[in-house]
Amino acid sequence: MVTRSDLPLRVINSTPEAILKAKKRARRSFRQIRTENVFKRTLSIMGLVIIILVLGILLTLVVQSLPSIKALGLKYLWSKVWDPVQDIYGAWPFLLGTLLSSFLALIISIPFSIAVAIFLGEYHPKGWLPNFLKNTVELIAAVPSVIYGFWGLAVLVPIVRSFESSIGVEPVGVGIFSSSLILAVMIIPYAASLGRSMIHLVPSHLKEAAYGLGATRWEVIRSVVLPYTKSGLFAGILLSLGRALGETMAVTMVIGNTSLIPKSIFAPGNTMASVIANEFTEADKPVYLSALIELGLVLFLVTVVINLIGKKIIDRFTNE
Amino acid sequence: MESTVIKSRNFNASFGSNHVVKNVNIDIPRNHVIAVMGPSGCGKTTYLRCINRMHELIPGASSSGEMKLNDEDVYQMHPIFVRLKIGMVFQRPNPFPNLSIYDNVIAGYKLNGIKLPKAERDRIVEHSLTRVALWNEVKDSLNKKGSFLSGGQQQRLCIARAVAMEPEVLLFDEPTSALDPISTSTVEELFHELKVNYTLIIVTHNMQQAARVSDKTAFFFMGELVEYDDTKIMFTNPKDNRTQNYITGRFS
Amino acid sequence: MQPSHVKYRLGKSYGFQILTYILAFACVVPLIAILFFIIKAGVTKINWHFLVNIPKPVGETGGGIANALVGSILIILVASVIAIPIGIMAGVYLSENRKSRLAYWCRLSTDILQGVPSIVIGIVAYFWLVKPFGKFSALSGSAALAIMMLPIVIRSTEETLKLLPDSLKEAALALGMPFHRVIFKVIIPVGVSGILSGVMLSIARITGETAPLLFTAFGNPYLSTKLTQPMQSLPLLIFNYATSPYNEWHDLAWGASLILLVWVLFLNIFTKIVTRKWKVQL
Repeated sequence: MVTRSDLPLRVINSTPEAILKAKKRARRSFRQIRTENVFKRTLSIMGLVIIILVLGILLTLVVQSLPSIKALGLKYLWSKVWDPVQDIYGAWPFLLGTLLSSFLALIISIPFSIAVAIFLGEYHPKGWLPNFLKNTVELIAAVPSVIYGFWGLAVLVPIVRSFESSIGVEPVGVGIFSSSLILAVMIIPYAASLGRSMIHLVPSHLKEAAYGLGATRWEVIRSVVLPYTKSGLFAGILLSLGRALGETMAVTMVIGNTSLIPKSIFAPGNTMASVIANEFTEADKPVYLSALIELGLVLFLVTVVINLIGKKIIDRFTNE
Repeated sequence: MESTVIKSRNFNASFGSNHVVKNVNIDIPRNHVIAVMGPSGCGKTTYLRCINRMHELIPGASSSGEMKLNDEDVYQMHPIFVRLKIGMVFQRPNPFPNLSIYDNVIAGYKLNGIKLPKAERDRIVEHSLTRVALWNEVKDSLNKKGSFLSGGQQQRLCIARAVAMEPEVLLFDEPTSALDPISTSTVEELFHELKVNYTLIIVTHNMQQAARVSDKTAFFFMGELVEYDDTKIMFTNPKDNRTQNYITGRFS
Repeated sequence: MQPSHVKYRLGKSYGFQILTYILAFACVVPLIAILFFIIKAGVTKINWHFLVNIPKPVGETGGGIANALVGSILIILVASVIAIPIGIMAGVYLSENRKSRLAYWCRLSTDILQGVPSIVIGIVAYFWLVKPFGKFSALSGSAALAIMMLPIVIRSTEETLKLLPDSLKEAALALGMPFHRVIFKVIIPVGVSGILSGVMLSIARITGETAPLLFTAFGNPYLSTKLTQPMQSLPLLIFNYATSPYNEWHDLAWGASLILLVWVLFLNIFTKIVTRKWKVQL
């Protein structure tokens, strides 16, 4: 195994102990080489595991949705009635609930997240106050969604209820509007932190050019900073949307959980995620369960597409 | 007796389609200092990195031809053995930032998991640091991180790290280009001491340095080995026009 | 240019600046409100008794959340044991093989995994680990949470290692070190702060995850330490008790919320400090 040439030349002509020691060391090195090869292969296998995991998730969802796809067809997605007791399955109430609550949340949160991004990216990149704001906004993303839900249920819903009675709609409290408010808070950090780093990337010579022409701060922001970063800000908003669409617990706790089509934004409803959370363990019929999983499949595909588009935009933006 | 330690025959190296070392034939004698000089982009660093197979770490890099260490083809051996026998010192000092000075010196043992008795380790550390004239400067702060040292000290620490492995050949890739003049002269003085036990191959873009420290000099130009001879002859009576032009500064 | 016009433009500029300030700092309000409320509602519920007892049936006062605490710790431990080695190794793989095709697909998969809604992970874990065995189990919950941890650990490992200079790896390889030792003894120790922060953030993230546990760990009103049985966890307990109609159970949920919130915020803040302190000076 250990040949003459594996030993240092100067050792070969020296004492027997030195040769023995060198041989031992060389044998060690052979072992190391074997371990090295095993390690390299293990790393590749780990890379492969991640790919298989994602494919496995997709495959599982597809296979488990097949009964419902076969039985209900594509029209399942826009059928308006969901009544498992009568074996009637239509996903439209949940699609509508998801879209309504997510987009409403997005509209509410955009001004705030963009304001944070501009504040931290443009007005005050450094200092203790911006630091405090940055850390606080990051912590918003760290709070577990079940806590948002509980807090929403205990604090926000009563407020919304009195607001609803003051504007003359049925004071339910729980509903699309409450869940949008909660979601709006939860998704602020995603667009804000991405927007901040994008605004940091604006080349200062562009801004200086505008200042040199006598532009005010706001004019520079509006005509240089925002146009330059618009694709990045858009990506941030997309990522926020992805979060909002898939958010489960907080929404489940405050949306009211009815499978009727919401009549207004104040009405109770259900999202795709919340109906899965509520009914998955109760689904006693194969088609019922499968219909819920099909919702999961739709959710998976939509969020994957949104996230990948968002990532693509960010990659292109940062590579420029 | 003068024996050959490194021998290249028709050695080529490239990055993708970029052929950077062309048909190099060279014999490097044991216990000498060999300077490899040439204008930047001439392939001298690539050639050096081919000797201990660091070249192949760069994606897309390839090489062909013969590279022999003591009559054994380096490219038939496992890179680990090659690098244990042919140490390397880089352009920028690169001590391990997470290790102390002491641990940096015996990094080759410690990080390779070779267990040595404490006395043996101490001996290697003191011996290696003494060889690079660093012992007196750092013997009281062996437990400090290597990154606290000055640039010149860091580079000597890196040399000590290579020396501690007791290799046969030491490769230096422009070892002083990141150093100030005083540190440079300290390192240059080391070369004379080190060649008693090792063969030193030094890539440099600095002709004066080549003239000062080496026994033999190789001149690379556009990937080719133009001329290889005793340093004295190279600088007084070069045979090739291109060498002549280079050492008289007609291009750099 | 007329001064009045300039004045108008400057006024507009200041106006927007102030508006930005107001909107930006309005974002702090909900977090403060949540913190304030949870602390107020939760702090009176927490005492020794609360930490070491399991919930009492409806109608009896007292009781604690010991089952959820133990369950959360066990589930997270197992999830970490699964996810951390795989995640770090996949991250190392990505940083070492930047251009290979496998790495491209692996990176894409990580991006996808990061965006998958947690409820979907719950569904998949149900079909992989609950249905085949015919019962809910803590282990299936751990597996679901491990999947959620993976992308965070992989990404932070890759990003950290990518920033390390090549010279570090070359220094190690030139000493004849085999690749695995270069990774374990040089690359990972130098990048430890970044990798560790990813690990801690991923733990913080999964501690609060409820949706993946609904159909896997399921919850358990009693103290259980068997990984093959249903197990309670803090977020599950909060969800179940918060949506129940009983005040005693709400009280338990408030206390549990406070503990969960403090733990998650502590992990996040601690991570920041550690990242700064343990950073190896290059």
